[in-house]
Amino acid sequence: MITHKPGSWDFHGGIHRPDKKSVSAGKFLGKVPLPEILVLPLQQHIGAMAEAIVEVGERVLKGQTIARVSEYIGAPIHAPTSGTVVCIEERPVPHPSGLSAPCIVLQTDGKDEWGELPEPLPYFDDMDPSLLRERIRWAGIVGLGGAAFPTSVKVNHGPDRPIQTLVINGAECEPYITCDDLLMREQADRVVEGIKVLLYVVDADECLIGIEDNKPEAIAAMREAVAESGLKDVQVVQVPTRYPMGGEKQLIKVLTGKEVPSHGIPSEIGVICVNVATAAAVTDAVMAGRPLLSRLVTVTGEGVNNPGNLEVPFGVFMSDVIAQAGGYSERAYKLILGGPMMGFSLGDDELPVTKGSNCLLVASRAEAPDPDKAMPCIRCGKCMDACPAQLLPQQLYWYAKARDFDKTQEYNLFDCIECGCCSWVCPSHIPLVQYYRFAKTETWAMEKEKRQAEDARRRHEARVERLERLERERKARLRQKKEALEKKTAAGGANPRKAAVEAAMKRVAEKKARQAQAEKNTEESS
Amino acid sequence: MKFPVHTSPYGGLPNNVTRVMGEVLLALVPGIIALVYYFGWGVLINIVIAVITALAAEAGILRLRKRPVKPSLTDLSATVTAVLLAIALPPLLPWWMTILGVLFAIVMVKHLYGGLGYNPFNPAMAAYVLLLVSFPVAMTQWLPPQMLNEHPLTFTQTLAAIFGGGLPHDLTWDAITSATPLDAMREQLKMNKTISEIAQNPMWGDFGARGWEWVGNWFLLGGLFLLWRRIITWHIPFAMIAGLLLSSGLFWLFDAESMPFPGFHLFSGGMILGAFFIATDPVTASTTPKGRLIYGFLIGVTVFIIRSWGGYPDAVAFAVLLMNMAAPTIDYYTQPRVFGFRGKDNA
Ligand code: SF4
Ligand code: SF4
Repeated sequence: MITHKPGSWDFHGGIHRPDKKSVSAGKFLGKVPLPEILVLPLQQHIGAMAEAIVEVGERVLKGQTIARVSEYIGAPIHAPTSGTVVCIEERPVPHPSGLSAPCIVLQTDGKDEWGELPEPLPYFDDMDPSLLRERIRWAGIVGLGGAAFPTSVKVNHGPDRPIQTLVINGAECEPYITCDDLLMREQADRVVEGIKVLLYVVDADECLIGIEDNKPEAIAAMREAVAESGLKDVQVVQVPTRYPMGGEKQLIKVLTGKEVPSHGIPSEIGVICVNVATAAAVTDAVMAGRPLLSRLVTVTGEGVNNPGNLEVPFGVFMSDVIAQAGGYSERAYKLILGGPMMGFSLGDDELPVTKGSNCLLVASRAEAPDPDKAMPCIRCGKCMDACPAQLLPQQLYWYAKARDFDKTQEYNLFDCIECGCCSWVCPSHIPLVQYYRFAKTETWAMEKEKRQAEDARRRHEARVERLERLERERKARLRQKKEALEKKTAAGGANPRKAAVEAAMKRVAEKKARQAQAEKNTEESS
Repeated sequence: MKFPVHTSPYGGLPNNVTRVMGEVLLALVPGIIALVYYFGWGVLINIVIAVITALAAEAGILRLRKRPVKPSLTDLSATVTAVLLAIALPPLLPWWMTILGVLFAIVMVKHLYGGLGYNPFNPAMAAYVLLLVSFPVAMTQWLPPQMLNEHPLTFTQTLAAIFGGGLPHDLTWDAITSATPLDAMREQLKMNKTISEIAQNPMWGDFGARGWEWVGNWFLLGGLFLLWRRIITWHIPFAMIAGLLLSSGLFWLFDAESMPFPGFHLFSGGMILGAFFIATDPVTASTTPKGRLIYGFLIGVTVFIIRSWGGYPDAVAFAVLLMNMAAPTIDYYTQPRVFGFRGKDNA
């Protein structure tokens, strides 16, 4: 089935803010040269952390798998260039909390020597899709739009969920970010190749490519590439520019009119949504046998001298990337990883670029002023009008603040996509999303605790029951023995041995009693 | 390089409370000018008394509660409360009654419930009702509109009247004041006059009471401005007016001689002001889209009921307060359908 009039639907709420795309749009500043040291976090994706499979001191080649995952949800990590593993240890990683996490530290040797790669699969459409999924998994591909969810898991929807529509996300709705735009303008063929592979893998009837109308060059380039490819049932759909159009659920709704169910995933409604850059990475993996080693990163904001997009190998420090974009201007005030709506600010720039790093926004004080003091909520409902998940943010805020996490669940806290629209429009400048993240974390912690308590209780109950059962069985055995004995006694008349013992006992008792009596008598008489 | 951190979103936020309240005040200006034009300087003097009292009370209370004073004074919310109350008061109300009302609004209704954002009742309307109940005579002594006023007072005479200096020698209170049109309509209906007889009185204009209808129009203009600026949404004003017109229209169709024409209800008294400026007070209104419709509609119907059969001629304040009580419940039962939930409508 093919969607009629794709793009004719709408999502609730959202916001308009100046998109600031022109700061970096269409500018490619080249590839960042390889530094001496690369720091590769073992966790660059959603899911299980990868395990290092190289030793300290080992020489590795470009493209070699250096960490793998055994869990289903996860992605391996490859060496972005040749060099030597100098250590595997905890290093600061880009994370809102400023955490450290296990990383493989690679000393590059400047030779950039490729290791052995699997063979390209140009005739992929003769192959079993599961082999292609295997290849995508091997290549370590994750969602490059920022979420970093393993793509191999996403395209493994299972036979009971036929896919109607493959949605390709080129909306890039966050202000400032232009790396997907650049990719579509300059490498539309690579994206379309990937779409071909993905269409085959998920066996979808059609593909809808959603691009916001503030990117006319990208739309034109993609349309041309699609036309040249000869692919049928693939359509580039121009969607209005409104944040968060690029949210997976929002884009699917606008393109297909379908709503991903609460707590559900797109494949439940026959849709799979993949970012344009991810599709391009799939092309490399399948057509060239190359794993994911680098990505396009937008470096922008008033705080950099020469904003633009760069090809950055994973593990390069952000400071090096920014240096490549002309370095900091004197207006640099904040460093934000991701866009201004959903990104997070970093305290330090000596952190590695990872698979999910789509944008380094070096904001001036005007672009990212320090937050004001929050005023009380005046219940104006602007947050509700802006919420694309159609929640009641003011109520969620109220209950999150009161730590009433049952109520926050009742108001569907977990349908919040943390898009930040509510915080943006709130006249009282309440950092609403912060409260929701807090409430989510607390709820998870509480549920974990509850689960643990539940487990402990169950273990305890099981133990008590086992002991009781053992006791019952012991008693039952005893009783049986006794009964058997009694039966025997009854059957065989007086048991001679037992009678003898009893007689002896009786004699002893009598003797004792006599003695006691005698002693008593002596005492009394004296 | 090191950087300061805080959470997203980043950027200068587009809205703030001061802007919201400031635009509400701006939207009130045309209506206020019309009020002053038709009913004299008293309106303006009341506003000044009320605003000064409100700011002083707010500052005092905040100091007592050990809260920062400046952000709350500059958020203009107390000013809005004061102005809304002041323009609902009779133009020659004694100064101390105005002060009493404002103190009640700010101290009791707003701050005893926790301050901005926490008060369940609309402070201006609560204070209006308090004054109306305590001083029924003073609160219903209005001036006739300028074109019907044979003894317009000068600025100094008005000042003197408000501050207890009495009236110029040749005048009595009875001579210069008149009942509000709503009051007049009520009294005459009570005397079993028909609407067509009542309509002979020169106090009635094209679609409401003379003077009042134009005040209503200018407030309507301000209300449209608020809609355009997205300070308020259309739901409450629309539903409230619909509720009033529907209920009054229904009765008028059956009995046009003892029930006033719906337009009369709309353009006499505080209906327009109430629909756009008072019932839409976010703190005390319903917040869900459907809830706002129900809330507004019920206010409209209640206004009609109280005006027709209740003990007071104007009813906006009572109706708003009544529905303030119902707002949390209305909100609870009208939660919008969350994205991704099926089975309910797509509102
Ligand atoms: S936008 Fe802010 S002030 Fe308005 S209701 Fe939402 S949380 Fe409250
Ligand atoms: S952050 Fe959550 S609550 Fe706020 S607008 Fe986005 S989805 Fe709605």
